[in-house]
Amino acid sequence: MIKVEFLGPIQKPTIELEITNLNELPAILQADAEVSDWLESCAVALNDTLVSSLEAPLKDGDRISLLPPVCGG
Amino acid sequence: MLSIHNGALNVPAILKEWYEEENHSNYGAYIPFVGTVRSEDGIDGLSFDVYEPILYRWFNEWEEKASKLGAKIKMAHSLGDVMLHESSYIAAVFSPKRRVALELIDEFVEDFKASAPIWKYDLKDGKRIYAKDRSTAISGSGILGAKQ
Repeated sequence: MIKVEFLGPIQKPTIELEITNLNELPAILQADAEVSDWLESCAVALNDTLVSSLEAPLKDGDRISLLPPVCGG
Repeated sequence: MLSIHNGALNVPAILKEWYEEENHSNYGAYIPFVGTVRSEDGIDGLSFDVYEPILYRWFNEWEEKASKLGAKIKMAHSLGDVMLHESSYIAAVFSPKRRVALELIDEFVEDFKASAPIWKYDLKDGKRIYAKDRSTAISGSGILGAKQ
């Protein structure tokens, strides 16, 4: 089971998915009206490391985070 | 050193603490940057969400970069609500000579604004409103939005 968490202002609880590669995630989230508008501006982290490619095999217990635009300070 | 505080920062106490931690470390320069909430657009204050695991990783990379230059970086940030004229952010660089600290504080604060996983909200009329227009997409964003 893979957990997908939505950080900051994306008001959506964590979801759990049965996927084996990160490249399966766009189609699932693009079909989700609650998050689809965020995808163009979100960074993606796998187990708290930012990723630049969606070609990443996943294993049970992996955690994916979506990080919308930031503004600290 | 990175610390996250609930609500507004106690600026005099933090600056004093950092000064006293390093005043025998033989640094010639201590350059702090303090971010204070200004009155604009009718806000009552700001509020912050912080994602600590990635924030700490990002900060550790900066600590290593500073260390290679013989410098040290410290940062404190608020979590939750910070009202007008209170402070939510302090960053400081210590270095043997001023030039390294002046350049590093500039680079560090700019990267902080662009990369640190912190989200800002305006507190206005009892609502907490995401500061979308003032936010920056982290480098590499958008990969989930591309059609497969």
